[in-house]
Amino acid sequence: MSGAPFTSPFIPNTGDDRAAMLAAVGAASVEDLFADIPEAFRHPGLGLPAPTPEMGLRAEMEALAQRNFHAGEHPIFLGAGVYRHFCPAVVAPLVTRGEFLTSYTPYQPEVSQGTLQGTFEFQTLTAQLFGMEVSNAGMYDGATSLAEAVLMACRVTKRARAAVLDTVNPNYLAVIRAYAQPHGIEVYETDPAAPQLLPETACLVSQYPNFFGCFEDSQAFADLAHEQGALCVMSCDPTALALFRPPGDFGADIATGEGQALGVPPSFGGPYVGIFTCRQEHVRQLPGRIAGRTVDAEGRVGYVLTLQPREQHIRRERATSNICTSTALVALWAAVYLALMGKHGLRRVAELCWQKSHYAASRIADLPGYSLPLTGTFFQEFVVSCPAPPSEIGAALERAGIIGGLDVSDRFPNGMLLCVTETNTRAEIDRLVDALAEAAR
Amino acid sequence: MTPDGAPPLREAAHNRRRLLMERSRPGREGVTLPASDAPPQPMPDAAMLRDGLELPEVTEGEVVRYFTHLSQLNFSVDTNFYPLGSCTMKYNPKVNEAVAALPGFALAHPAQPERQVQGALEALFRLQTFLQEVSGLPAVSLAPLAGAQGELAGVLTLRAALEARGEGRRRKMLIPDTAHGTNPASAAMAGFQVVHVPSDSGGDIDLGAVRAEADGDIAGVMFTQPTTLGLFDRNALEMCRVVHEAGGLVYADGANMNALLGRAKLGQMGFDVVHMNLHKTFSTPHGGGGPGAGPICVSAELAPFLPGPVAVRRDDGSYGSETPARSIGRVGGAQGNFGVLIRALSYITLLGADGMLDVSGNAVLNANYLLAKLRPLYDLPFDRPVMHEVVFSARKRPGATALDVSKRLLDHGFHAPTMYFPLVVPEALMIEPTETESKETLDAFVEALHRIDAEAAADESFLHGAPYDAPVSRLDEARAARRPELRWREPEA
Repeated sequence: MSGAPFTSPFIPNTGDDRAAMLAAVGAASVEDLFADIPEAFRHPGLGLPAPTPEMGLRAEMEALAQRNFHAGEHPIFLGAGVYRHFCPAVVAPLVTRGEFLTSYTPYQPEVSQGTLQGTFEFQTLTAQLFGMEVSNAGMYDGATSLAEAVLMACRVTKRARAAVLDTVNPNYLAVIRAYAQPHGIEVYETDPAAPQLLPETACLVSQYPNFFGCFEDSQAFADLAHEQGALCVMSCDPTALALFRPPGDFGADIATGEGQALGVPPSFGGPYVGIFTCRQEHVRQLPGRIAGRTVDAEGRVGYVLTLQPREQHIRRERATSNICTSTALVALWAAVYLALMGKHGLRRVAELCWQKSHYAASRIADLPGYSLPLTGTFFQEFVVSCPAPPSEIGAALERAGIIGGLDVSDRFPNGMLLCVTETNTRAEIDRLVDALAEAAR
Repeated sequence: MTPDGAPPLREAAHNRRRLLMERSRPGREGVTLPASDAPPQPMPDAAMLRDGLELPEVTEGEVVRYFTHLSQLNFSVDTNFYPLGSCTMKYNPKVNEAVAALPGFALAHPAQPERQVQGALEALFRLQTFLQEVSGLPAVSLAPLAGAQGELAGVLTLRAALEARGEGRRRKMLIPDTAHGTNPASAAMAGFQVVHVPSDSGGDIDLGAVRAEADGDIAGVMFTQPTTLGLFDRNALEMCRVVHEAGGLVYADGANMNALLGRAKLGQMGFDVVHMNLHKTFSTPHGGGGPGAGPICVSAELAPFLPGPVAVRRDDGSYGSETPARSIGRVGGAQGNFGVLIRALSYITLLGADGMLDVSGNAVLNANYLLAKLRPLYDLPFDRPVMHEVVFSARKRPGATALDVSKRLLDHGFHAPTMYFPLVVPEALMIEPTETESKETLDAFVEALHRIDAEAAADESFLHGAPYDAPVSRLDEARAARRPELRWREPEA
């Protein structure tokens, strides 16, 4: 260590400044300003490392990052709710402009029109993609969106039971349970092949396509829910919606999704953005922020946060949700991505995912020892029954320099959930097939 | 100016602010995509396919110009002083962005096996260790995705601990009248009954009111230390003792942790749970409303109930990810907001222990300096040294309400303080300068407020029209709520 005294590059006050300011305050030292903290607890000592200058910091962090076996260096066939999609180079520099990156929630709309109009674009684009009437400004992620959808369905129907198909992402089900339990909402699973609704059920929750990549009879789910006075809630993959019928087509009342699929880096779990759309009639029960269009004193168009009486800072314990800071910047990322992809690009991405995943599945199905246990139409993801435990197959793939799929052997004997997107080349797929064949020997 | 007096086209804001769908023209593309390199596969049954997709058709250049222009309509920390109370709008170091964007972090998938993501797990473990040290509490979950979700996870953990004691019937959650709105909303989401507790005449929590509620039904208290009045609450120690004695637990909202870094540890002062806002204290950018991260730190008693997953260091030196034995479950789909967590780790690593003390010292000095300089202008409801922020009441000058002052500040290039909060102070202006602002900036801010006061003194109605120089003037929020227009729609023919 050089022993040079540490001066923070983020703090402008010099010794002279501090002296002048203390004089204005009437205090002898900075320490005196902390006199309200009882002496026994004041300045307890802080066992953190010494400061690390930027060069050392970067070296340290790069060393950590390089210890990950990651999709920047190896083909990836892992999805399970988090997908690697191509993102045009334009998106990151636009979204991370300091004016977007370092602003707060737009409490002063006159100087936050960029964030607010960007949010309005997100609401427009997601509502259109989902074929739904309205969207909010975004939630934390796809799982919390779905959990809040269950709470909202219970508010709308004044019922306290939620049916969840057993083909919904198990992590999403876990979040639904954590959110529902304190409200006394009973969450139960039901079989998509023969869904049963108990009396007083607020909603039937399905995933489109389901956790195993397959489409189910979404129309039957919507009809069943509506016959029983329950809401139809669907968690949808945004990419699939560019090719397949959107939830609005089936009469979904609330449709949610994981916005990560819209070109957002996997980043080991976040930050992502939850998409939350619903019917116009339920708009005042929406959780989270919503941007709305209005005019200023001169009649010029502008945007504000609206329907705020639903929110915690007004309604406190009677709010529709406790959401405050959410994921505005990731919503903006999704909006810019959707703007660039547009009407034709997003459909093209979905078609590529379809083509490549079906090519991969057909090749793997022909391998000795491997089979596809599910027969339904799938998009981008499919379950493979392996000739050995998937953990062993996954380790063999890793030795071959490939990130394999998710172990779903709890649901399918030796099952592995594989994912193929537009980012996987044919050469990568062929390499995967060869490595799987090798692993079976 | 133009010879015929028509406004320059540059000012035709409605053109620059046209929405994507209004810019869309059939045939324009914003991206290039490859053809499939795999042998063609049969497409799905047409009945399953979507009939038309309504998304814009715009070029890349237009997207860049549009969103760049939108960005220029924002105030931000990178461009303006942003003294928004309780939001800790400090400078966000750019190195944190570079670290979070490293491919090894940005491209790691949350469902990869542990052995493939040792670097990411070690990073999480390090951050947990650092936050334990800052809070003085022995266990941490990084799972909560924002401050309010940290509150929810924190009180659910508290509730689970009470249930484990056989005290699950306790329902009352005490919340001071100065609390942020998320506190009662989170308590309600966790199934508690909210009981509001007043402050005393010195701005501390009213201990008599706490004692009156400290019975067999009390589950706990949600308490912000320092409070939203910017004060270190001198009754908090006794409050913790009273609540514990009655069988309750104490939750600390760590939104204002910036004042306490290295100065005091909440875990040593009787708090059982603390959540931290990494997007405040630990410099991760706020993004116009997120993403954030709201880790929670808890006592040993509460550790088994933490939300999962939690990073662990195994005996062989490897790192893992585990869900605690009696966890309240999951609060998100994956591993927490890793990209935010890694920025906070970068910040703490860069500044170290010395830097943390500099942060709190200068943040508190700056707030007290503004108190001293602005005291002649405004009412000060509690006249004592403050911590990270100061709350004034703008009720002295007719024609200069908190709203008027806030809007006029925008014309001077300063973001407004938090206004009308906390609710216990009429016409509240809540000012948090943070440690990253210079004395020159603070002096300019003080001068602007003096000028604004003089403007109101000269003309009582002048400030009501502010802002005069912002991209738009005051917006009609009542109209937005009455007839909600929440998305673009095709104009009716």
